[in-house]
Amino acid sequence: MAVSAVVAMTAGGAMADDFIVVQSTTSTQNSGLYDYILPIYEDKSGVQIRVVAVGTGQAIKNARNCDGDVLLVHAKPAEEKFVAEGYGVERTDLMYNDFIIVGPPADPAGVKGMKNAPAALNKIAGSESIFVSRGDDSGTNKKEVALWKTAGVDPSQSSGQWYRETGSGMGATLNATIGMDGYTMTDRATWIAFGNKADHEILVEGDKALFNQYGVILVDSGKCPRVKSDLGQAFVDWMLSDEGQKAIASYRLDGKQLFFPNAPNVTN
Amino acid sequence: MQDFAASFFEAFRLVISLDPDLLEVVWLSMRVSLSAVAMAALVGFPVGAFLAVARFPGRGLLVVTISALMGLPPVVVGLVVYMLLSSAGVLGPLQLLYTPTAMIIAQTILVTPIVAALARQTLEDLHDEYRDQLVLYGLGNLAQLKTLLWEGRYSLLTTLLAGFGRAVAEVGAVIIVGGNINHVTRVMTTTIALETSKGNLALALGLGFILVTIAFAVNALVFMSRAAAVRRAYA
Amino acid sequence: MREDVLSTVQRQAMPVLPVTGTELKVSRKGRVLLDVKNIEIADHGTTVIVGPNGAGKSLLLNLLAGLRQPDRGKVRWNGTPPSRSRYCRFGMVLQHAVLLRRSVRANVEYALRAVGHSRNEARRRAETSLGEAGMERLSHASARVLSGGERQRLALVRALATHPDLLFLDEPTSSLDPASVLAIETMVQDASVKGMRAVMVAHDLAQAKRVADEIILMHHGRIVERAATDDFFQRPQSETAEAFIAGRLLI
Repeated sequence: MAVSAVVAMTAGGAMADDFIVVQSTTSTQNSGLYDYILPIYEDKSGVQIRVVAVGTGQAIKNARNCDGDVLLVHAKPAEEKFVAEGYGVERTDLMYNDFIIVGPPADPAGVKGMKNAPAALNKIAGSESIFVSRGDDSGTNKKEVALWKTAGVDPSQSSGQWYRETGSGMGATLNATIGMDGYTMTDRATWIAFGNKADHEILVEGDKALFNQYGVILVDSGKCPRVKSDLGQAFVDWMLSDEGQKAIASYRLDGKQLFFPNAPNVTN
Repeated sequence: MQDFAASFFEAFRLVISLDPDLLEVVWLSMRVSLSAVAMAALVGFPVGAFLAVARFPGRGLLVVTISALMGLPPVVVGLVVYMLLSSAGVLGPLQLLYTPTAMIIAQTILVTPIVAALARQTLEDLHDEYRDQLVLYGLGNLAQLKTLLWEGRYSLLTTLLAGFGRAVAEVGAVIIVGGNINHVTRVMTTTIALETSKGNLALALGLGFILVTIAFAVNALVFMSRAAAVRRAYA
Repeated sequence: MREDVLSTVQRQAMPVLPVTGTELKVSRKGRVLLDVKNIEIADHGTTVIVGPNGAGKSLLLNLLAGLRQPDRGKVRWNGTPPSRSRYCRFGMVLQHAVLLRRSVRANVEYALRAVGHSRNEARRRAETSLGEAGMERLSHASARVLSGGERQRLALVRALATHPDLLFLDEPTSSLDPASVLAIETMVQDASVKGMRAVMVAHDLAQAKRVADEIILMHHGRIVERAATDDFFQRPQSETAEAFIAGRLLI
């Protein structure tokens, strides 16, 4: 009796077949990309795309637990590992944007206009200016750690002093950055969409090392028997198709394009 | 002060325009939390009543434990329920993750200790007060409990309000088991968290005002109905 | 004929009179709290138990009412041991009656329903009882806001409404104003005249004189003397009784 009650309650949601779950990141959600392109696909296919937007690490873990049909994140090494271990069918480049370093208008470290990210980080460390890190092992965080390594600095020595690790998502980290009047590294899309910039500006951009690649993966039914492979594949195919790629490219916020499609040519 | 003024304006604008997203989110918040309180009452009242009158070895430990569970961190409950409902988990086949049902389950777990602990205290006090008198009517413990439940109805209602307050205000549990999916599992608190992470602080705070107002309205409704009942008794 | 006024449940429960106690003993930590060889409550009338504090009066009441078990000895109701299902045949008024958080009438209804009357029957009888006691204008008042005197009167109405075989009263008027004391005593006497048996613990001799048909004097857990009221006061048989009447017996 309890089971049928539970089933009745769940039936209040949607019928089993017309939705898939996409495990993705906060940057794609908070930037408004999904609010823009998903309705296009949903109208066309009649399939509801349910996005769970969490940190990259959590998204990958959720997908490993078979709690998603598609994985869409920006951490290429982790994504390739996911596929290599049999959880994903195949990983394909989807779109890119870049990371930027933002900071206070006073710019105590004097990094404004620099085109070399590790060098800028070096100056920030040298001046012991407050730098806020996500510290949550996300794709963004892994990129930031790699840049510190290139700069030859180990900021964890100063964790709690000028290097502040929030252990949180990009939004919370940005709020903390504004609150502490510090520097941080963020992806451009999240920054442009962010509503609490105060007087902070983009200080460092354009370094090739700040390239941010997004990939899309269908969860493998071998490891996850309940995955909706047909519906999931249809969504992945659309995202990689001309139509999907055009939709991504046409998304604008404040007149700026946030994501740049770069799927390899796939014959439909 | 600027942000506060902006927040009031945001809240006002959303409410006046009957923003459909807002209504959807408010409706889901109420549905999830009220369901959780109802389930918690179904479990918590009998448990509280039993502990109020029964005496057995280990009772003291049980009372302390249930009381302590009132302080269960929502995020921990969310995590545990996620692990159970996940596809990789024991209850995976039920496919309940990322649905309002999962959220109700998580909030029920959060609220039940509150209902049980407070009901126990209320009923135990009443039991002490009434026992000598009720035993004169030859009533056994079960029959006495029925009387106590009615006698303590206002305190018990307040207990449910406390549970509702806890449920409607928490974000840690529902965000993990619900996934904050747009139009599916997004409630007031997860929306506030989302807007905060997007830096839309005025909007987030405005939604916060609306949430507090709704909680206020629920409480006011309960107290007004009590006053009406009292007036009827004197009619 | 009495059985007509009872509910089906009460009739099934069998009368409780006569109530007898034999070789009753209660001790705590080596101290004897009660030691009664023989006591029988039968017939009609009002028996009042008096004695200094700690004499065991309330204890005896509770034992006879089946609310406490003696360490030794037995209590019998009409020859059979007390049982919970027969509580509906007697009534009890405590020193501080506990009223439900409901209206005055609902409190009386509760007692009537507890002894097995239907909802409608209970309401009808409650209204009658309150009318007879002159309390009908308080019917819908919240019982909790009554004065001390009104509360005890309600407790008595509640107990009498079920037509018990035997009514126990444990110091029902201590701390009440004289008007309320009078009202309660009158109600008890009226019920007694109509044939109800009552056993009352009184805290003062004057009340005993007014209300009792017979007096039981207790001291240190024992029954010292038992006699009709006039006999007790005019011809006390023991020194203890003499001392008590003279006001010299405090403990």
